[in-house]
Amino acid sequence: MRENTLPRLMYAAGPRPLSLAQHEEVFASPRTAGSLLEELEASGLTGRGGAAFPTARKARLIREQRGHNKFVVVNAMEGEPASHKDLTLLSTHPHLVLDGAEYLASIVGAQNIAVCVARDNPTVVNHVERALHERTRRSLRGPKLEMHTPPWRYVAGEESALVHWLDDNESLPQFRPTRPHVLRIGHAPVIVDNAETCANMGLIGRYGAAWFRGVGTANSPGSALVSVTGAVERPTVLEVALGTPLRVILKSASADPDPQALLLGGYGGSWLEGSHLDLGYCNEALAPQGVSTGAGVIVVLPRSACGIVETLRVVRWMANESARQCGPCAFGLPAIAEDLNHLAHPSRDPLSAHKQLEERLGQIDGHGACRHPDGVVRFVRSALVTFAEDFSRHANGLACAGSRANVHYLSVPHLEREEELIWE
Amino acid sequence: MGVRRRAGLFILQVNPILCDGFGHCGELAPELVKMDEWGYPIINPEPVPFTNTGAHESARYAERGCPRQALRIRKISDK
Repeated sequence: MRENTLPRLMYAAGPRPLSLAQHEEVFASPRTAGSLLEELEASGLTGRGGAAFPTARKARLIREQRGHNKFVVVNAMEGEPASHKDLTLLSTHPHLVLDGAEYLASIVGAQNIAVCVARDNPTVVNHVERALHERTRRSLRGPKLEMHTPPWRYVAGEESALVHWLDDNESLPQFRPTRPHVLRIGHAPVIVDNAETCANMGLIGRYGAAWFRGVGTANSPGSALVSVTGAVERPTVLEVALGTPLRVILKSASADPDPQALLLGGYGGSWLEGSHLDLGYCNEALAPQGVSTGAGVIVVLPRSACGIVETLRVVRWMANESARQCGPCAFGLPAIAEDLNHLAHPSRDPLSAHKQLEERLGQIDGHGACRHPDGVVRFVRSALVTFAEDFSRHANGLACAGSRANVHYLSVPHLEREEELIWE
Repeated sequence: MGVRRRAGLFILQVNPILCDGFGHCGELAPELVKMDEWGYPIINPEPVPFTNTGAHESARYAERGCPRQALRIRKISDK
C-alpha cells in the first residue's frame, strides 16, 4: 500500500469522477482486519465539517442508541461560500465517500444512508446520482442509499437544519437543550458526518488506523482538504498533512507570500494576522491564537485590501443568511453589521459605535439555537483585534487605500432581498 | 405545592426559537433574567441551588408566565 505520501483523499484524482470499477482498482485493498470502531477510535479522526468533534465518540454515541432504522447522513452541503472541498471530493472520488458512509453505517448499525448535496450544483448532483446508481446496480445488499438535494443556504448545512430537512422538509436549525444531543429523523437516531470525514473513514476502513496516523501530528493525525481563495492565482483545493506550516500551504497554492491577514475556518471563523505564517495548520497550533481550522477554508487577504470592508461585507451577508428563528440572531446580526458600517465609514462618534458594537457582541454570543450567531461574533471579534490599527485609522477619517480601491477578496454570494427568502 | 426542599442546582433555560420576546420573564424573575436591547432574555448562566427559594420561586413564575412556553427549569444532574 502507498506509504506516508500525499495525496491520500485526492489520490489518482482526474477530471472525471472515478467509476466504481476504477475506484476499486485504485483503492485495491480489502477491508481492514480489525473492528471498524476500534480502528476509528485508534485513528483519532475528527470531523472535518468545522467543529472537529472526534468521529469515534459520535459514532459510539449513536451506536448505543436504540432504534432499528438509523441513518447515516453525509453532509456535502458546503454552506461556506469560500469552501469547495466537499464538491471537489464528490466530483473526483464519490465512491470513497460512499465507502466511508457504509463503514459508518456498519459501525452504528444504520439501515439508511442519505447523501445531502445542495441542489444548486447540478453537476455534482449528477455525479452522486451516477455513483449511487452504480452501487445499487451492483448489489442491493447493505444499507439503503439515497440522495437528498436541499436548497443551498448557509445554515442549511448545519447538522440539525439538515436533519430537520430530511425529517420535515424545512432547512431550519433545531434547538438542542443539552449537548451531545441525538438528532432524529422520525424516531430514528441520525449520525451526521461531513463528506470529507466519510472519505477519511473510507481510507481508515481499508488501510487501518496506523496507516492513517502516518501523516499529521500526534493530536491531529491525518490529512485535510483546504480551499485556498482570495489573493491566489486561482482558487484551489489542496490536500495537506495536518500540521503543515501555513507558509508552505500558501506557497503550494501560489498565493500572496506576504499577506496582511488570513481568514481561517470559514465565514464563522477568525482572522489571523499575516505575521503568524509559521504556525502549523492544525487545531492545537492555532488554538493559542484563538483560531481553528474549521471547515478547511483559507482566504488570503493581501496588504492592498481593507480588512474592515471585507469583514463588513461578510457580516452583512451572514446577517441575511440568518434563519430568523431566534431574536438575538435575527435582530442582532443586522445591528452589528450596521455598527461595522459606522466604523468603516465614520459618520458619527466612532468611539461610541465601537463601544456599542462590543456590547452587542456580548449580548448575541451564545444566545441562538445554533452556532450561526456565535460564528459571526467570533469573526467580528477577531477582526477587531487583527485590524485594530485600521479601525483607528478609519475612526480618524483616514480611510485606507484598500477601502477606496473597491477590489474585494472574500467572495460573497449576491445579497438577496429579504422578501425573496423562502425557508422551505 | 408549598416550599419544596430539593438538593441540587437548577438553571432557567430558554428555547430561543420559541421565544418571541414578550419580556414577561424579565419582570417575573428579575434576579435571573436580564433583557437585551431587542427584548430577548439573557439568562444568568450560573446554576442556582434549589435552596435559594426566592430564585426558584421566580423561576417557576417565569416558566409558567411565558406566553410561548419557551422557558424550562432544568436540574443540573451532577452534584
